Amino acid sequence: METLELTQEEQFQARIDADMRIEPKDWMPDAYRKTLIRQISQHAHSELVGMLPEGNWITRAPSLKRKSILLSKVQDEAGHGLYLYSAAETLGASRDQMLADLHSGKAKYSSIFNYPTLSWADMGTVGWLVDGAAILNQVPLCRTSYGPYARAMVRVCKEESFHQRQGFEIMQTLCEGAPEQKAMAQEALNRWWWPTLMMFGPKDADSPNTEQSMKWRIKRFTNDELRQKFVDMMVPQAEFLGLTVPDPNLKWNEAKNGYDFGEVDWEEFWNVVKGNGMCNKDRLGARVKAHEEGAWVREAALAHAAKRKQRAEQEAVQQVA
Amino acid sequence: MTQHEWPLWEVFIRSKQGLDHKHVGSLHAADAAMAIQNARDVYTRRMEGISIWVVESKHVHASNPDDAAAFFDPANDKVYRHPTFYEVPDSIKHM
Ligand SMILES: [Fe+2]
Ligand SMILES: [Fe+2]
Repeated sequence: METLELTQEEQFQARIDADMRIEPKDWMPDAYRKTLIRQISQHAHSELVGMLPEGNWITRAPSLKRKSILLSKVQDEAGHGLYLYSAAETLGASRDQMLADLHSGKAKYSSIFNYPTLSWADMGTVGWLVDGAAILNQVPLCRTSYGPYARAMVRVCKEESFHQRQGFEIMQTLCEGAPEQKAMAQEALNRWWWPTLMMFGPKDADSPNTEQSMKWRIKRFTNDELRQKFVDMMVPQAEFLGLTVPDPNLKWNEAKNGYDFGEVDWEEFWNVVKGNGMCNKDRLGARVKAHEEGAWVREAALAHAAKRKQRAEQEAVQQVA
Repeated sequence: MTQHEWPLWEVFIRSKQGLDHKHVGSLHAADAAMAIQNARDVYTRRMEGISIWVVESKHVHASNPDDAAAFFDPANDKVYRHPTFYEVPDSIKHM
């Protein structure tokens, strides 16, 4: 039995090493299934909670055009959450259980959404920086080993680049506008820069699961690798906008062909992860409220469907008789 | 709190006239009409489709991956089913 198990696991790893996809009904190690359910559902929760900071500005967008764009983006994020929940369900997770874990605080979501969106420039910064960071995280996952997850990510990535571009366009408009508008853009960047760097997770040295996840190809770059890529990608864009990245230690390093940058405030990071960020209570409160206030709709829809089915069956019987 | 989830549906989309419906994912809905409406919102926000099928997931029967070898391998040694198996003289055209 022991040796048989081992062989199965070796076969499984060999398929992954050959860059073959694992599909829902294939044999997989329990730990692979569990890790994936946690990773995919956390990702889904982030999409869902991620709607809240931007939803905050839909009614206050400065023009009908901006409002339509923001509405579409927020709707996309809901869609991303749904693609991902479905992918997690193919592994045997239940939707109700995943939502219950989010609402009880047992499951995590990205710490970035526990920061407040204080001005319209935050809509620009979130799209440009936060969606930009999400893209860096997500593009490699289009080639992740689990089929349904990879396919969901392909769909997500197709939609993300519009998110980033609309954010950048908001920033560009502000930066080319009045001095007050440009100051607003700079102020937003100051607040969001460091929390965005935290989105890539703890330092590699403090991320013990990375090695196994890379082996399973459910993670394809380390946290620090992605953080470095992000900084290298974003600094020139900030320069184009005429904005200053709020990091006194930021400096081009010719030898490594990338930027050196300052240390993230890890104490703040862990504090937010543990639930003590500025908006943790607000975000979770809004989620739970929406879920509870929607309960009667979910129940009524089920009752209505049952009644219609019953009526259809009765009519069928009468026709036969 | 709702005790039971809405049933799960598999969604198939025809991306344009002349192509097959293709599986794109799944979603929850109380009934078929709602499943189609939700599929419109979740899977066709950018003109990805012109027609939607939904099937309740519990009605999908699948082959077993463990039987894949026994099930599909018999087709493997029948190379004569492919045109490349046959050698056609160079002077023969249009074949
Ligand atoms: Fe998203
Ligand atoms: Fe996005």
